[in-house]
Amino acid sequence: MGNTPAISPFVIFLASMLTSNMVLVNFLGMCSFISVSKEFKTASGLGKAVALVMVFTTVFNWIIYHFVVVPLGLEYLRYLIFIIVIAATVQIIEMAMDRYLPDLHMKLGIFLPLITVNCAILGISLFMVIRNYGFLQSVLFGLGSGLGWWLAISALAAIREQMAGNELPRGLDGPAITFIITGIMALAFVGFSGIFVVM
Amino acid sequence: MIKKAEVKALFKRNLWDENQVLRQILGICSLLAVTNLLSNSLVMGVGLIFSVALSSFTISLLRNYIPHRVRMIIQTLIIAAWVILFDIVIKAMLPDISRALGPYVGLIITNCIIMGRAEAFAQSNPPVESFLDGVFAGLGYTAVLIVIAFIRELMGFGTILGFNVNFLGLQTWTIMVMPPAAFFLVGVMIWIVNNIASGKKAVGGGKNG
Repeated sequence: MGNTPAISPFVIFLASMLTSNMVLVNFLGMCSFISVSKEFKTASGLGKAVALVMVFTTVFNWIIYHFVVVPLGLEYLRYLIFIIVIAATVQIIEMAMDRYLPDLHMKLGIFLPLITVNCAILGISLFMVIRNYGFLQSVLFGLGSGLGWWLAISALAAIREQMAGNELPRGLDGPAITFIITGIMALAFVGFSGIFVVM
Repeated sequence: MIKKAEVKALFKRNLWDENQVLRQILGICSLLAVTNLLSNSLVMGVGLIFSVALSSFTISLLRNYIPHRVRMIIQTLIIAAWVILFDIVIKAMLPDISRALGPYVGLIITNCIIMGRAEAFAQSNPPVESFLDGVFAGLGYTAVLIVIAFIRELMGFGTILGFNVNFLGLQTWTIMVMPPAAFFLVGVMIWIVNNIASGKKAVGGGKNG
């Protein structure tokens, strides 16, 4: 497992949520971030589902990468393996939720299949491998990134809901203004970068 | 065999009418992440053209043999195979750029453009057309990538492809190489393109949606 970086897992948790927010700094998961942020309720539901899947996929991918992939020398196949693990994890979470938490499944169920192809999920696993995180670091990295993603999409959806009826210059409505709002949000998040040691 | 007019129509549609980035808002993640340097963007563009063209070609070849119910996972695996090939080549030939791009090469797999072309075109069209459709869709993406990377590198570092062009010694804008500027530039570009496209049809100001 080599040289895991000597950063406290708690710092990784806060940093992945605020200073290196998945959407606003690393640009991951943009497709659904832009297209599913019209309503606060839907956006918040997707955010929760993403956070949940992120934690589970980091756990499974870490275990499989360090106990199966590395010993067998299959690092070059890691993209393929991660994708399969993510698809399987989403499927398992969906089945377990349906069985034990039917209420939650009713609310989050429609988002789960979408998440398989969300690049934030694959991105988390790749960052975890590239930065050589240990187990606890990876889990808190997944949790922090998921919560950060939820925070960002909820904030964007709330802003968009507030200005839904406004008249805008021609052609600026829809995705164009959404990008500009996101840019201003990203500018605000740059302010957090003084708090922690940058990863 | 494919006709010249068809190729022309495919070219125009993918580069302008249905530009994957500016009109369909697909493939934004990598677009924003790699555009602070022009050289990184060029490599990323080549990677995407390579992956989308060959994935479309392969999916189109196999379109009559893939069972409809499991097509998504099979398409993803085909795409992943081509991206792994590109990743290995880049690692061997251009190790510096490979390190700078980091996880974003692997993330071509989840780039919505490739999946979108597979679903919308390759699975119902013959291989040659699908291949060309993929090349042109990739070119449309690369064109946007180059414009944004050019502006960001020029204003952020005062260089183009690493050569210093800041002859007057002007102050560079650090904000241009930071994440917020990427969002602003894409937003403004979508705005401009929307206006040019709707100018032809004279559409009035709409509501924010």
